[in-house]
Amino acid sequence: MLERLGLVPPQASTVAVQTDLLSTFLVTVSLFFSILIAATIVAFSVKYRRRSERDVTPRIHGSTALEIAWSVIPLGIAMVMFGWGAHLFVTLKRPPDDALQVNVVGKQWMWKVQHLEGRREINELHVPIGRPVKVTLTSEDVIHSFYVPAFRIKQDAVPGRYTTAWFEATRIGSYHLFCAEYCGTMHSGMIGQVIVMEPADYEAWLAGGGVSAAPAAAGGAAGGGQDLVAAGKELFEQKGCVTCHQPGAVLGPQLAGVAGHTVELQDGTTVTADDDYLRESILSPAAKIVKGFAPIMPTFKGQLTEEQVLQLIAYIKSLKPSTGDASADAGTGKTGS
Amino acid sequence: MTSTNYINADYGIWSWLLTKDHKRIAILYLVSITLMFILGGFFALLIRLELLTPAGDLLAADTYNKMFTMHGIVMVFFFLIPSIPAVLGNFLVPMMIGARDLAFPRLNLASWYIYMAGAAFTLYAIFTGGVDTGWTFYTPYSTAAANTKVIPAALGIFITGFSSILTGLNFIVTIHRMRAPGLTWFRLPLFIWAHYATSIIFILGTPVIAITILLVAVERGFNFGIFDPKLGGDPVLFQHLFWFYSHPAVYIMVLPSMGVVSELITCFSRKTVFGYGFVAVSSMAIAVLGFLVWGHHLFVSGQSVYASMIFSVLSFLVAIPSAVKVFNWTATLYRGSIEFAAPLIYALGFIGLFTIGGLTGVFLATLGFDVHVHDTYFVVAHFHYIMVGGAMMGYLGGLHYWWPKISGRMYPEWPARIGAAIIFIGFNLTFFPQFLAGYLGMPRRYHMYPPEFQVLNVMSTAGATVLGIGYLLPLTYLLWSLRYGKAAPANPWRATGLEWQTPSPPPTDNFATTPFVTEEAYDYSSVPEAELV
Repeated sequence: MLERLGLVPPQASTVAVQTDLLSTFLVTVSLFFSILIAATIVAFSVKYRRRSERDVTPRIHGSTALEIAWSVIPLGIAMVMFGWGAHLFVTLKRPPDDALQVNVVGKQWMWKVQHLEGRREINELHVPIGRPVKVTLTSEDVIHSFYVPAFRIKQDAVPGRYTTAWFEATRIGSYHLFCAEYCGTMHSGMIGQVIVMEPADYEAWLAGGGVSAAPAAAGGAAGGGQDLVAAGKELFEQKGCVTCHQPGAVLGPQLAGVAGHTVELQDGTTVTADDDYLRESILSPAAKIVKGFAPIMPTFKGQLTEEQVLQLIAYIKSLKPSTGDASADAGTGKTGS
Repeated sequence: MTSTNYINADYGIWSWLLTKDHKRIAILYLVSITLMFILGGFFALLIRLELLTPAGDLLAADTYNKMFTMHGIVMVFFFLIPSIPAVLGNFLVPMMIGARDLAFPRLNLASWYIYMAGAAFTLYAIFTGGVDTGWTFYTPYSTAAANTKVIPAALGIFITGFSSILTGLNFIVTIHRMRAPGLTWFRLPLFIWAHYATSIIFILGTPVIAITILLVAVERGFNFGIFDPKLGGDPVLFQHLFWFYSHPAVYIMVLPSMGVVSELITCFSRKTVFGYGFVAVSSMAIAVLGFLVWGHHLFVSGQSVYASMIFSVLSFLVAIPSAVKVFNWTATLYRGSIEFAAPLIYALGFIGLFTIGGLTGVFLATLGFDVHVHDTYFVVAHFHYIMVGGAMMGYLGGLHYWWPKISGRMYPEWPARIGAAIIFIGFNLTFFPQFLAGYLGMPRRYHMYPPEFQVLNVMSTAGATVLGIGYLLPLTYLLWSLRYGKAAPANPWRATGLEWQTPSPPPTDNFATTPFVTEEAYDYSSVPEAELV
């Protein structure tokens, strides 16, 4: 209805409908009060217009009862708005556990997308209908903002850290993807499309069957490729991480199973090994030293692109704690050294 | 007619440039900020022309980015923030409290010179290539990526900040120490309460923006790692520091306007203000709570969910004192004797536009809603309703109301009424379509845009034309009135304030004898008829 009137963008996600419902509530309440105030002012202006220069007006100093009424009633309504908005916000901030994972890196002036399964694209994001998709965002340079009006979601891509957003598309089609945070000359050209597909089409596309319609400028970066874990494993070996972090090695902490768990640090504090922690440990290893280890790891700052860091993190997350296969792991470790 | 007053007391350019008279300093500010307004308006004109078509055809992308940046910097820091306090406040604070000048007249003159020095830096930046960071100077774009005159523009803002701080200090000391005998705090005009609240923000907030913007210059110039993550800094820290000032700065712009509106409504309805205490205290509540809501600019910046919730709830709270003011003004009209003089039309226009701006501000405080419209034209429309609809209507209303006192001449009433109506209509035509464009998803600061937004943008540009004509009217007839306007009597509006008890224009010392106050403010039921014009 609202969409047909051209008052709202396409409602193409589960959250879109909820956001528009909240908006309708806000607009309705506001219209009621605006009209009430405007009508009162107009009525007073007509009824009490100046009839004579000698008009005498009464001294009315106010009314505490009225003051309380028009403070408390708006406050109550405001708290309803707050609660509703906060509830929706929590929904927006909590991706379902089974969400598909997509990495998006902003860069002046393009969006670079990596699917977990390996496909990469520029300024386009293909997703299946009816499945939650979690987007992990960062930026290679300045702050950008990932904005899909049809999904009513927006999240800044901040350099130096990860932020996340999620959505579940409910309608096949392609929708605007905008950069909403001013980022320089071609800010208004940093736009792309989110393409919502049937699950089968999406699987075919993911397998490399579909031709990515990314612009020519994207060059070889778009199109198919290794899956993220394999790419990460290759980097892990290439960059020499394997020397100190392979199973059984003693110079660096074991990485299998570390992701998402608590890590005890040198100074006695603990930290949860989330994506940001893993990223920091790769790029600024001296920032947080794991208990029992020396601060000997070199920094990889400037040697890895944001996409490569994300690949390494995907690989680290893929390593399963394998108590049962300890001997096998140890064996590999020995041959490795 | 030719009695000595502050205007004809002395002649020559130096008698103005070295004056210590708060009224003359107000005139210096009036001239300076009007020129800045014209410059900022010129940038706005180019922005609206570019946005007539979806393609970026009138200006190059970089030029467009400079236009909206410089429009914002000039309008916010060099027009809106000083507008009412530095012009009307400077002129009226001493007169309304029965004083001969501000507490520190030399400091007052120094404030103007500091403002001009800041303006000189910023104008240098503008005319030697411009700035393209947005008026918000977000890092690391401003420190690492932008290739424009960021440092001189930043220094200009840093310097001009001290002008605000010193003006605030001057007002606070003056209001505490120099009130006429009998003028107790709760007999003060609400204009004074509003300026007291504003001064507190000036003093507590401005140092933060000054040091923040200086840090931007330092990081840019010397590669200090404060905000740029590549140098070990935190870009979101900048946003916290920037909005810690810049959100309260919105109240710097709108609180004085609220003070003006309280004066106008009471005078032109000839009524005591309804709920004096609540209106006065709500100004203070806005000033204090205004410092606790900056995080609502960071809902999508990666701020924690809990922090966002706290900032959201506090933002709802700050809306309450604003609502209380609107209700009290409306109630003041009840059983009044309402005369639709131009200043009252501006005041009622203020209430209308401020209500829309305030309510859409409440929308933006609503977390789930903000995620969608953050950084879209919805936000652009919202803050223009507050800062242009609100602050500017109050400023123009006040300028008309006190014009007879300031200039000694009456402005022409009918052109003024028509001008006020054109501005109100033009404003709504310009900015209302932007609410729709924003909700439909048009991001702000877009040089090109998808074609589906064109209709709304054409409407907006057409409205801006009307608005521009509206602003040219007062500029023209107020200047005209300086020569051809009727000579103003001491109290043309039969108003109650002390400023109306001296001749128009006032003598340099304001009052021949210090007034003695025995009544509350706005005691309109007992103004003697002898003052009828």
